Amino acid sequence: MINLVWLVPFLPLLGFLVNGLGRRYLSKSLSGIIGSGAVLAAFVISLLIFLEVKQPGFQAQVVNLFDFISTGSLHIPFAFQVDQLSALFLLIITGVGTLIHIYSTSYMHDETSEGFARYFAYLNLFIFSMLILVLGANYVMMFIGWEGVGLCSYLLIGFWYKNTNYNNAAKKAFIMNRIGDLGFLLGIFMMIVNFGSVTFPEVFEKAAALGAHSAVIPVIAILLFVGAMGKSAQLPLYTWLPDAMAGPTPVSALIHAATMVTAGIYMIARSNILYTLAPCIQTFVAVIGLVTAVLAASIALKQDDIKKVLAYSTVSQLGYMFLALGVGAYTTAVFHVMTHAFFKALLFLGSGSVIHAMGGEQDIRKMGGLKKYMPVTNITFLIGCLAIAGVPGLSGFFSKDEILSSTFEVNKIMYVVGLLTALMTAFYMFRLYYMTFQGKFRGTHEQEHHLHESPGAMTFPLIVLAILAVFAGYIGLPEVFGAKNLLAEYLAPVFAPSVPFAEVHHLEHNTEWLLMGLSSILVIITIFLARSWFRNYEDTGVQRTGFAKVLENKWYVDEIYDAIIVKPLMGLSRFFEEAIEKSGIDRLINGVGRSVYWGSQQVRLLQSGQVGFYIFAMVIGMVVLFVIGFLLK
Amino acid sequence: MPVQYYIFLSIALFCIGVMGVLMRRNAIIIFMCVELMLNAVNLLMVAFSKMWADAGRVDAGSAQIFVFFIMVVAAAEVAVGLAIIVMVYRNSHSVDINIMNRLKN
Repeated sequence: MINLVWLVPFLPLLGFLVNGLGRRYLSKSLSGIIGSGAVLAAFVISLLIFLEVKQPGFQAQVVNLFDFISTGSLHIPFAFQVDQLSALFLLIITGVGTLIHIYSTSYMHDETSEGFARYFAYLNLFIFSMLILVLGANYVMMFIGWEGVGLCSYLLIGFWYKNTNYNNAAKKAFIMNRIGDLGFLLGIFMMIVNFGSVTFPEVFEKAAALGAHSAVIPVIAILLFVGAMGKSAQLPLYTWLPDAMAGPTPVSALIHAATMVTAGIYMIARSNILYTLAPCIQTFVAVIGLVTAVLAASIALKQDDIKKVLAYSTVSQLGYMFLALGVGAYTTAVFHVMTHAFFKALLFLGSGSVIHAMGGEQDIRKMGGLKKYMPVTNITFLIGCLAIAGVPGLSGFFSKDEILSSTFEVNKIMYVVGLLTALMTAFYMFRLYYMTFQGKFRGTHEQEHHLHESPGAMTFPLIVLAILAVFAGYIGLPEVFGAKNLLAEYLAPVFAPSVPFAEVHHLEHNTEWLLMGLSSILVIITIFLARSWFRNYEDTGVQRTGFAKVLENKWYVDEIYDAIIVKPLMGLSRFFEEAIEKSGIDRLINGVGRSVYWGSQQVRLLQSGQVGFYIFAMVIGMVVLFVIGFLLK
Repeated sequence: MPVQYYIFLSIALFCIGVMGVLMRRNAIIIFMCVELMLNAVNLLMVAFSKMWADAGRVDAGSAQIFVFFIMVVAAAEVAVGLAIIVMVYRNSHSVDINIMNRLKN
């Protein structure tokens, strides 16, 4: 089965080609079936592979397809690596991907059949690139996938390309990602220079041989992290993700919540040894993650767009994952990637269902009371909120709690900030829930008349994801519960190389119970607080002032970037255009042309047509030549 | 006789030829001046040939071959040139070269 792993990315690629080339000829239902079917088939194969990988004692296998780059001593094969980490990501990507494809067949039904096929073609191309990213057996292949998902993200954010704002959002995402990609690329070059290889096992072996006191490893680690900052929307490169909500909602669910943005976490988890060997960079990762988590959570408190709240929540949760990576809890980070993929995809799809019912309205101040119109969406959305808030028993509780307790082992201050973020998360999620589903309806009469539960193709993925959001946590139970942590056991071989270099922390069980109890109680109190404030929300139309206004305007980060980077850059470009391009290069080039023209006009006068004059000139010329010849002798 | 005499004579003939071509307007005279220049060169070649032969060079006679070449070319040229002049005269009843700049435009 492992040898058939190439089928997993190949099937979505095929789907992309068929839908992309035949978009004028395929009917909507046919392109929907092709798009979803390709991913579903990939999911089935991934499941079979996962079952094989799950066996105890499974060794990572590399499937070589062909030589990709071969120059001098550098060999980069086009190869897929199947191990515990990539198999898990395969399941998440194809599984959530399938559900979102099914959801999209209904959500995108208002498109023309050509747009519909184009949408599925892009979505399949995205799945293909993402699979290449996680399956690649070396950093170059990872980079190919990395660029591929960036491209698809750009295409899908700007899917409704007739809207200039959406196009600008797409460009912003692409440019922000490009800044990060430069770091990643430089990291790869550093590896080639220092290790002579980009294949995972070789790089890790050589890095481990260099040990903890090498100057090279921190440089590579931070360059790779810059790449992760861009792709996974961390400070200072996170501003593209909230804008990326311009794309269709299923795209936000798949790309900007569940899969693509976790590529950075996958990359660092994959390169765990490099980060364990560079403790200073690891601390840096943790700090960036934590600051991003707090900042994004604080912004989410005051957003009124249902998708913007979820977007900032995603940024915040990604920050959480980086915090976990930074404190060396790689398994926990991957665990949170998984649970987050389920509950955040669920929340996004739920919000899509709401937007669908509201006829495109995204402002939660104009919603309310949707509970009685959309029972399935209501229940599943509530489950998603409970999961992300970390209410005991649901998946988010286990992963978030593991991150917090790992942080507590390393640094108490970080723990407090992390806990604060968790409380903010609970608050804004339930603010969102109560303003959307409870209270009374605040929209127009036509909207109220139009309200309906979404069709089965949309509610089915919601139900499946809700079940996963509840139960996915039980594969990663902490030791305190006396149960085996299945996920940690499963992923142990991937993170084994960094174990000898990692500092060992261990928490007393009592402390862990205490932390867990504390966070649970605080979260529940916060939820009730949010309930009492927003259960009967009335839109008073009052402008926010003071700090709330700063939060509503996202700490003015976009404005600051605009002032310190975009404006000076534009000014510089204008200067170059005026001073160097127009009056420098252009004038030089035009000057050459003009002087040749003027010169020819003067020389033309010599050609008088008087043969006598020509001969005279010839004789004079010869005499002059003779004189010169004599003089030079 | 020393070879310099021939050289000076040849230079004198050549300069007369050049000045004639530059100064005169009658096409026939110009033609004759061209012949004069060619023959100045011929004279020079014969003189040098003789000089080298006196110095004992075996291949000195080859210069005289060129003289024949030049004579043949000059004869052909005269044939063509006179024909042109005749045609010009027929058309314009004049052999003044200054009216021939009509070709200009």
